[in-house]
Parts: sequence; structure tokens; C-alpha cells
Amino acid sequence: MKSNFKRILLLLLFLVFTVSGLYASDGNTIDTGATAWMLTSTALVLLMVPGLAMFYGGLVRSKNVLGTIMHSFVAMGIISVLWVVVGYAMSFGSNILGGLFGWNNDYFFLKGIDTNILDAGIPEYVFSMFQGKFAIITPALIAGAFAERVSFKAYCIFIALWSLLVYNPLCHWVWASDGFLFNIGAKGAIDFAGGTVVHISAGVSGLVAALYLGSRRGYPYQVIRPNNLVITMLGAGLLWVGWFGFNAGSSVSSGLSTAQALTATQVAAAAAALTWIIIESIHQGKATALGFASGILAGLVAVTPAAGVVQPYGAMILGIIASLLCYMAIQLKNRLNYDDSLDAFGIHGVGGIAGAIFLVFFIRKSWMEEAASLAGGTWTIWNQLSVQILAVAVAISFAAIMTFLIIFSLDRIIKFKSSESEEMAGLDRSYHGERGYGMLNPS
Amino acid sequence: MKLITAIIREVQLDKVREALIAAEITRITVSCVSGHGRQRIEEMYRGQRIIPDLIPKIKIEIAVNDSFVDITVDTILKSAKTNGIEGHVGDGKIFITPLEECIRIRTGERGSSAI
Repeated sequence: MKSNFKRILLLLLFLVFTVSGLYASDGNTIDTGATAWMLTSTALVLLMVPGLAMFYGGLVRSKNVLGTIMHSFVAMGIISVLWVVVGYAMSFGSNILGGLFGWNNDYFFLKGIDTNILDAGIPEYVFSMFQGKFAIITPALIAGAFAERVSFKAYCIFIALWSLLVYNPLCHWVWASDGFLFNIGAKGAIDFAGGTVVHISAGVSGLVAALYLGSRRGYPYQVIRPNNLVITMLGAGLLWVGWFGFNAGSSVSSGLSTAQALTATQVAAAAAALTWIIIESIHQGKATALGFASGILAGLVAVTPAAGVVQPYGAMILGIIASLLCYMAIQLKNRLNYDDSLDAFGIHGVGGIAGAIFLVFFIRKSWMEEAASLAGGTWTIWNQLSVQILAVAVAISFAAIMTFLIIFSLDRIIKFKSSESEEMAGLDRSYHGERGYGMLNPS
Repeated sequence: MKLITAIIREVQLDKVREALIAAEITRITVSCVSGHGRQRIEEMYRGQRIIPDLIPKIKIEIAVNDSFVDITVDTILKSAKTNGIEGHVGDGKIFITPLEECIRIRTGERGSSAI
């Protein structure tokens, strides 16, 4: 009898302590399943950054391999710090300046979210870090457009400014609960994991930067050959793996919508990669490894905005459309002779636009019904199409104008483009004083 | 027939190759080599400055008929030199050696027409 009483007392004590531990200031409970998956997703999205470094690093000449890899790595440093200081506040605070971006004093240095637990059941730290990874990879994507020809110092300043002036406002408009694109139409503009915020903005900014800075020395007449397609392929593989965090993590839960996004991601990437090598086989006679990798990326980019709302057949078609359009875009680039070195626009810009617009034809029924009831009657795919086009147009024009202004003013203060001798010596030697490989033959 | 071997700076490769092509000398072999000269360059790893014993250089080999020797040498001299007329220690060297025979593998041609 006595021991039973003791046992109950212990149990009660245990419950009191654990429950009080689980409750935070705002009364939400931690959903350990969702938190575990969001922690994993955060790590997966971070893994995409070295993945991107390898993908881009392999595509440049051997004298630029470290400089190009550093473009991605330094973003992990600069943007992580900025994100904690002001980025999260600007992106996910409440509207200020008429909704231009957000602000919340608690998010400044993340000082006020130490014990916050979101309604989704995850600590706010996890959500903040997860979103921070998106902020890191986006400016790193732009670097592909002006690879092999920019000063390291100017690049660092550029991505810091770009993150503050382009990424944070755009992120606020599309994903913050009071952002204007989040609330437009019946159920907002659909951008599940960053088609407009990440890929369209990076792709368009890259195009603007590439056009402004001009081409590399000797382009297109001199052969500019990838130094190591093996690391490019490994990078593409890491990107694919990391993308499960990027898309499935964007459900900010661990449940049905996570599974839907994960499936759509896999299907789109596979369909797009196959499409790319089939087009290539017909057009050029050979299926290339780089073509397969480009197809993977095109598919992943296109399904990014759509992963939450399309079923597998829709994801498959999106992947196919993305590969077709991106392939054509790159062919067109070669005709027009502008130097988007690693096709940041050709893949991320075009793929992102294709995904954000064509997704409307494959939205699952339940989403449309919900939108219709929110709109108070009917909501057709054509209504949603106009919302999507508006969101894409906003992303394109905002990114293009702001990037031009940033580069134009930055270029007045510090020379953005490498000098001819720096470019000839290579980024590795000119800016880092190192070399990537030992006695590799020049390429 | 002569074999012209030029050892140049890595960073000058683009310039030299472009100049050679402009002078219509297009049949060249390029390789990465390293060696001792009078030049010392620093590399930096985790803050430690290192002067490699063997400095990486580019070797260009060109087999030419006698009438092309001068133009080839002049072109390399002009394009491989850094710092204007002065030049810098480490700009490299050119070696010219007599070439006994040249044979085109495809046709079996020999002598100056095979170059």
C-alpha cells in the first residue's frame, strides 16, 4: 500500500516537471515529431550550400575552383550572422513602412525568442534557423551568373546588401502572415518552398548582374571548360538530398503535407532529369552527365513553389515542362552570347517561373475547394493563375531593379569586376592566395 | 626544323596562347611543370606563409620550320613578359633545340611538311 502511494507520488511529480518543461511562455506544447523533422530539414538545407559549392566549383576552370566554392561558403558566414541580427526580424516581424518589410524587436539578435514555441509545436529557434538556411543559399545561387570574374571583397558586400534589400523584403511579402503576397487572392500566392523568394529572385538578379558586369575575358570564343565534372555530379546529388529538407521541411510539420511535398519533389526531379537527357540525345546525339545534373536542378526548382499543392502526376509534368524550357533557355543564351556563366538564370530563373505559373493546372482539389470557400463561392484556376502571374511579376521586377541599383552604386565605390590580370591569374590566386589542385593540367 | 620550348608563368598562358594564335602558330603542346628558377612566390595556408621549393610553371612546346623560329620567339617574348619592357624575375625562358625528324602518324609523312 505504502509503496503504491510512493509510486503515484513519483509519477505525479514526474508529470508536473515534464509538463511544466514542455510549456513555454505562450502556452504551446512541443510536438517532438515535428521538431525532430524540422531539425533534420534545417541540417539538410544547410547541406545544399556545400552541395552548391561543389556543383558550381566543378564547372569553372581549375584556377577559379576555390574562389567559386568560397562564393557559397562565405554566404554561410555572412548571411547566418546577418540573419540572426536583423534578417529574421525583417522577414518575419510585423509590417512596417507600409508592409515594405517586417520588424519585431524580439527578433533583433533573436533575443526575445529564447523560450518561444510556435503554434506548429516547434521552438521558434528551429523555425528561425530553418528559414535562415534559405536566406544563405539564395545569394549563393546568384554567384553562378558571374562566376570567374568578380572581386571577392565586392562579392561579400554585394550579398550582404542583397540579402537585406532584396531577400528579406521579398521573404516578408510571400511568407510572413501579414505579407501582401501571402494574403492576395483567396488563399494567397502559392509559393510553398521558395519559387519566387529563392529561385526567381536569384535567377533574375544573376541575369541582371551578368549583363551589367559583362562577360569573362575571351568568352565565348575561348574554350572555357569545366575543371571537374565529378565534383559537379556529387554536388548535384547533395542538392537533391538537401532538397527534401528544403521542400518537405517547408510544411513546418511532420505529417501528411510533409509526405506530399517529399513525393512531389522526388518525382519532379527524376522526370526532369530524364527529360533533359532525352532532349539532349535527340538534339546533340549524346546524353551527358552535366545534362542529367541540370535536369535534376530544373525539376527541383520547378517543384519548389508547387510541392505543397500538386499530386505526383502534376509534379512529373512540371518537371518535364521545366527541363524543356530550361534547355531552350540555355540554347537561346548561347545564341545571344551573354555570359550567365553557370546558368543561374537559365535554370533557377526560368525553372522557377515555369513552376510558379504552371502549378495552377495541377493544384489538388481540396486546396481549390478551400480557396473557393475562403473566397465565398467560386475560385477557379484562372483566378489563381492571375495571382501567380502577379507574384512572379513582383518578384522579377523587384529583384531586377534592386539588384541593378545595388550593383550600380557598389561599383562606384569598389570595383566589382576583376581586373584583366586578376581574371587571368584566377580567383584562387588573386583573392585567396591558394590553389585548389596540385599539378593539374590547365583548362 | 627546331623545337621551341618555352617555360612561362601560369598567369601568362592565356596571353601567350592568344598571341601565338594571332601570329598563326596554332600547333602547340601545353603542360604543367614545376621547377627552380630565381623567382620566389608565397602561398598562404591558414595564415602560414609558404614559399614552395618548386614553383609551378607552364611549358609550351612548339615544333616549327626554320623560317618560323623568329616570329615564334618574338611572339612569346612579347606576350610572356610582365611589367612592360622591364620584365620581372620569373617571366621564364625559351630553349631552342634542333629537331632531327618529324613524322605525322596518320600519313607517315616525314620532314618539314609534317610540321
